[in-house]
Amino acid sequence: MSLKLKALTKSIWVYHLCVGGSCNNCDIEILDLLTPRYDVERFGIVLVGSVRHADAILVTGSLSLKAIDRVKRIYEQAPKPCVVIAIGACACGQGIFKNGPATPNPVDTLLPINIYIPGCPPKPEAMILGIVKLIKKLQGKK
Amino acid sequence: MMKHLFNFIVFPGFLFTAAVGLVASWIDRKVTARVQWRVGPPWYQPLIDLVKLSIKEITVPRGAIKPVFFLAPLVGLSGVILASTFIWLPNIDLGATGFRGDIIVVLYLLTLPAIALILGASSSGNPLASVGLSREIKLVLAYELPFIIALTIPIIKSSGLLKLTDLVAYQTINGAFVSSISGVLAIIVAIFCMQAKLGLVPFDMGEAETEIMGGVLIEYSGMLLGIFKLTKTMMLVALPVFLSTVFWGGFSIWKYVVLLVIIVLMRNTNPRVRIDQAVRFFWGKMTAIAIIAAFLATLGM
Repeated sequence: MSLKLKALTKSIWVYHLCVGGSCNNCDIEILDLLTPRYDVERFGIVLVGSVRHADAILVTGSLSLKAIDRVKRIYEQAPKPCVVIAIGACACGQGIFKNGPATPNPVDTLLPINIYIPGCPPKPEAMILGIVKLIKKLQGKK
Repeated sequence: MMKHLFNFIVFPGFLFTAAVGLVASWIDRKVTARVQWRVGPPWYQPLIDLVKLSIKEITVPRGAIKPVFFLAPLVGLSGVILASTFIWLPNIDLGATGFRGDIIVVLYLLTLPAIALILGASSSGNPLASVGLSREIKLVLAYELPFIIALTIPIIKSSGLLKLTDLVAYQTINGAFVSSISGVLAIIVAIFCMQAKLGLVPFDMGEAETEIMGGVLIEYSGMLLGIFKLTKTMMLVALPVFLSTVFWGGFSIWKYVVLLVIIVLMRNTNPRVRIDQAVRFFWGKMTAIAIIAAFLATLGM
């Protein structure tokens, strides 16, 4: 494994992006994931406040019409290489907001999603499993 | 000439201080994790963070003033490299002579990282960065006054020595300054000022991740952010070594560990204070204690 790949996968700084139009329970589960009980700093995962520091964007919620411009701008501000992780049923498909008038577009029509973590909301263990799978995929392992 | 370049770049300047600083910042993160009943990051985490930041893209905001935006991190880094070289040399190299007044030069160089943060934040054109920068300016104004008064105490007690090598030699003959009442008061003031200079909790209101999203650093990414992180890491070495040189009779590893433990404990047991509380703390209590210590020092206590 090259040093570059190791550095990118061993130090993932995550930025938490809620794209509107949902119940915010996934956001609360993400906060659970960052508590001492799960201790993701073991793997170098740290929450950052600014998208310019981010290596991974955690997207939650179903994409509302008002949020499209902002989400696009935030994704363009993130320094590349940057991965996007969709968390929760709303971000993966459209969840219960599938027929909602304000949320006609799935998130993956706008952002290139690297991994989907379904659940309503997914448990922190499921998120860790998803991130492990993503890291394996980036390293080219099965 | 070659020796000076070696001193600045390899030992004890840039590379050595950076290596010690990376270990120190890992200890800081690990102890913080253990305090919170976690496992904490592996030993190479600060290094790998830096490597990762250096291979990421550098994004420049549209409203930024580009020359200042790119040069500000380098200003801070060069300041801390020079300061750490001047601080280490009297402790490890017996042939080092220094020059008259180098304690004043070090004092100025240690302010450069804060100035660099202020310059970088003001050129990035972000409103949250300007909030952070106004707090940073107030904090610099607050902690510099007691820090300078505290640094006059060794000079008063040694009747006007302004050279770090002379101060170390004076303390090896007459005992460390911290063994007197005025020296104890001075080092207490200097430790609080050190915490504010490092920008750690409880004086991290310039960055305040939960409140203004990283404040002064909000628009920085990639290698420029890495340079700022590296500057901060090196300050974690330069400042404790400076305090132990000036007040505590020269550097040794256990003194550095004691000062590092104080920093980590203070960071883990305090909430962030507001900027007005910080200014009142430094201009009120700390300045008063420093002035009392200066009086005691003139009386020879």
